Amino acid sequence: MIDILIAEDEPAILDPLSFILELAGWQVASVTDGEAALIEVQRQKPRLLLLDIMLPKLSGLDVLRILRGEPRLADIPVLIVTARGQSRDRGLALDLKADGFITKPFDNDELIEEVRRLLALNSVS
Amino acid sequence: MLSPDFVILTAVAYVCLLFVLAYVSDARASRGKAGFLRSPMVYTLSISVYCTSWTFYGAVGTAARDGLEFVAIYMGPTLVFVGWWFILRKLVWVCHSQGITSIADLLSSRFGKSSALAVLVTLIAMVTITPYIALQLKAIATSIQTVSSARGQGDHLAGLDDVSLALGAAIGMALFTILFGTRNVDAREQHLGVVAAIAFEAVVKLLALIAVGLFVVFGLGGGLADVYERAVEAGFDIHERQPFGSRWVAVLVLSASAIICLPRQFQITVVENSNANHLRTAGWAFPAYLLLMSIFTLPIALYGLASMPAGSNPDMFVLTLPMAAGQDGLALFAFIGGFSSATSMIIIASIALSIMVSNHIVLPLALSRTNHLADTGDQGIARLLLRSRRISIAVILFLGFLYFWMTGDSGALAPIGLISFAGVAQFLPALIAALYWRQANMKGALSGTLIGAMVWLWTLFLPSFETTSATVSRLIAEGPWGISFLRPEAMFGMEGLDPLVHSVFWSLFFNTVALVFVSLVSRQSTLESIQAKLFVDIFRSAQGARRRAIRSSATADEIFFVAERVMGWHRAKEFFDAADIRRGEQVLDVAVSSDFIARLERELASSIGAASAHILLSKVVAGDAISLEEMMRIADETQQVIEYSHELEETSKELRLTAQQLREANTQLHELHQQKDDFLGQVSHEVRTPMTSIRSISQILLQRQDLDEDRRRRFVGTIHQESVRLTRLLDGILDMSALEHGEGSWENRPINAEEVLDRAFNVCEALAQQRLISVKHISLAEHPKVLGDSDRLCQVFINIIANAISHNDASDPVVQVNSRVEGGSYVVDIADNGPGISKEYHDNIFDKFMRVEHHKSGAAMSAGLGLGLNISHAIIQKMNGNLELVEGPLSGACFRITLPLFDGTMAPQIQADPEG
Repeated sequence: MIDILIAEDEPAILDPLSFILELAGWQVASVTDGEAALIEVQRQKPRLLLLDIMLPKLSGLDVLRILRGEPRLADIPVLIVTARGQSRDRGLALDLKADGFITKPFDNDELIEEVRRLLALNSVS
Repeated sequence: MLSPDFVILTAVAYVCLLFVLAYVSDARASRGKAGFLRSPMVYTLSISVYCTSWTFYGAVGTAARDGLEFVAIYMGPTLVFVGWWFILRKLVWVCHSQGITSIADLLSSRFGKSSALAVLVTLIAMVTITPYIALQLKAIATSIQTVSSARGQGDHLAGLDDVSLALGAAIGMALFTILFGTRNVDAREQHLGVVAAIAFEAVVKLLALIAVGLFVVFGLGGGLADVYERAVEAGFDIHERQPFGSRWVAVLVLSASAIICLPRQFQITVVENSNANHLRTAGWAFPAYLLLMSIFTLPIALYGLASMPAGSNPDMFVLTLPMAAGQDGLALFAFIGGFSSATSMIIIASIALSIMVSNHIVLPLALSRTNHLADTGDQGIARLLLRSRRISIAVILFLGFLYFWMTGDSGALAPIGLISFAGVAQFLPALIAALYWRQANMKGALSGTLIGAMVWLWTLFLPSFETTSATVSRLIAEGPWGISFLRPEAMFGMEGLDPLVHSVFWSLFFNTVALVFVSLVSRQSTLESIQAKLFVDIFRSAQGARRRAIRSSATADEIFFVAERVMGWHRAKEFFDAADIRRGEQVLDVAVSSDFIARLERELASSIGAASAHILLSKVVAGDAISLEEMMRIADETQQVIEYSHELEETSKELRLTAQQLREANTQLHELHQQKDDFLGQVSHEVRTPMTSIRSISQILLQRQDLDEDRRRRFVGTIHQESVRLTRLLDGILDMSALEHGEGSWENRPINAEEVLDRAFNVCEALAQQRLISVKHISLAEHPKVLGDSDRLCQVFINIIANAISHNDASDPVVQVNSRVEGGSYVVDIADNGPGISKEYHDNIFDKFMRVEHHKSGAAMSAGLGLGLNISHAIIQKMNGNLELVEGPLSGACFRITLPLFDGTMAPQIQADPEG
């Protein structure tokens, strides 16, 4: 049972990202494209999905849309991580009921705080 | 002998008859049965108002004293009427189209609606006509005394002296004129009752004179031959006189001008004319009337001179000859004839003068004082005009009487008449100029008339007081301050001339010279030039009646308010209804409005004169009115606009073209802007990815001192790698910018392209080995020489091979480089078995800022930005080569670089011939 699934195609980011989350005490798994993200979410049922928007094969937004259409998976909180930070993407993600946003480049501590908040929120509900 | 009572009562009864006649005629006219009253015959007869008591009695006196001079007095009008086609026709047309009410109005209207000119003409008319009216009063008084010389004891009226008689006549005439001459204010509606009375009087005086003539010649004289013989026996030889001398010509000129310029003639001939075609009849009938009037003049004079006792007044021969023969009835008839002549003149002259005074003096004064029309109340202006006309008539007749009373019994009848004629003749130059000379202007007319009138006053009017004033007689003898060449009857040393000739010559001379000279040296106002055209070219312009229009946004109500003041409610309503102008509405259509206002102004002008109507209407639309000058200015501007229209068209064409170019440029700019935004978005993304990595890792390194060595080493390596990536990105942007702007040194020199490719391949091999990708170079070209920059070319090769390596996510990744010489070119194909580039990007893959959103391989290191291909493409083009995407031997993409071979003779920088 893993806590967090990271979908990030840039190894240079994925590497430190996994490290700090693990360091914070969570079980972390990662994928580097959208399709893999969907498959792993279904398979591993993580407590949180850390989703990059610009992913190969299937964009982060498409992954989110599919998840939200799937009753069994719709409850999984999704934290969007994007380099763009553009209002258009943010708006689309909000429409798709993304649970939080983190913009690259991020502060490690803030990221941990946000992840912690979302996990706590979910466990309460 | 007739008793004074009887004579006076007869005169009063005759006037009563005129009252009835005028009343019946007016009543018929108001019932619309004015047919006969508007006939050419009545019109012609009314013109005979020209024949006053002066001609009735005085012609005989003139004939007795001066022989055939009296003929000239008839000849002038005869010439004018026979030649009616030349002046009268135009005059009547102009006055009808302009709604002219008097000669003062005519000159004022023609010369820019000048109030000054109208006042001057009115004043001159007053000065000249007052003695003339006095003359009529005197004729009436004298004739009553003559015909009733015996004073019976029982007669109550016998005690009346000539002054009382004249006063009585003046009062009676004033009463008649006020009653029938001022019933309404529209001068164009014409005084039909008065005209009928005048026509009746014309018949009476003609019949009376002919009756006396027939009686004298055939009853007393025994035929013309006997009369003539008797005169010769008595020592009167008319052949001895020089009939056609300068004086005769002067009188001819004066009488010809008088038939037009005399206010009463203008009134009857022009204003009371209801149909210009009546002139056709009057053209022969009036001369015929004058001929009948004059036919017995000479025989009566000759018979009178021969048969009457010496010293008897020849002016009264018409009365005294029948009386001497005991024909009291005939004498009474003759008296009534003379009385008719006098009264008709007094009536028409006072009407004409009162119109001039009220329209040109009283009304302008009242208008200038009254700021609010409302103050004048209902029909205020109409009432004001009527009142002022009634008062004017009374004043004019009183002045006439006063003149008669003061001058006493000096002089004969004829001289006073000629003095008046000479006075009104001063209108002639301006009047002729008004009709025939377009350049004539207000200043010219004003100065001419003024100077002419002053010369007339000095040379003729003043000397008429010679017998009553010692000062005047000394002035005539010595000149003012002893300056002899300014003597009134011998100006500039012109001595020995008849005073009348002298005066007529100098006054008309100065008048005309001043008119012509001033008109030539001064300018017309715009209004004047419009009026001048309307007057002079009346028969040329199809719309002679169209004058300048007041353009206004005044409501119909406001305009109606003014019209009502002048015309009265009923006529104003009719006028507005006829024009289909509903009140209570804004007159929206400007064209209709201005046209209507112009017509209304003309209608008002026929009541109160052109100048006053203009002032009045301008006043009500004040603030809204566009002055004529403004209109002309607008018209001028329009003209200029038309003149420059093609120029404008050209300009607008150019402008349209420029606008089109600007639109295109704008669209391009917009696209560029959009591309720039996209580019910046991509740059920020590409920068953020390494920045995110570096920031995150460095934060870890800072916070965690306890990292194991492997992890620490990996993190530091990533930081270095990402820094390199950022540097590459920056280089790319700078490269692109340099290529964009053609900056930096760039030299195409002969290079061995294959060597460059080998170098690039070696660089990439390291990357390929790292990624476990198989790269092959199949070289079929030996020392291919091309023109180019080896470093740049190397950059292109590395970029494309690295792309092929890094984007290849196949399970058995292969990159194949194939170089050869083909058709005079060096060709390099770089193919891979990666995902390829989807069709949608083929057309614009080399475009600036184009970024292919291809599916990245999980392990790929993106060079990003899409700058690489764009830069490569630009570099190859600078080397006169080509970079394209082709169908490759492998499953993935295949880029082909084609560079022309250099044959060693071609100048650098020039496109190589593929065959060479």
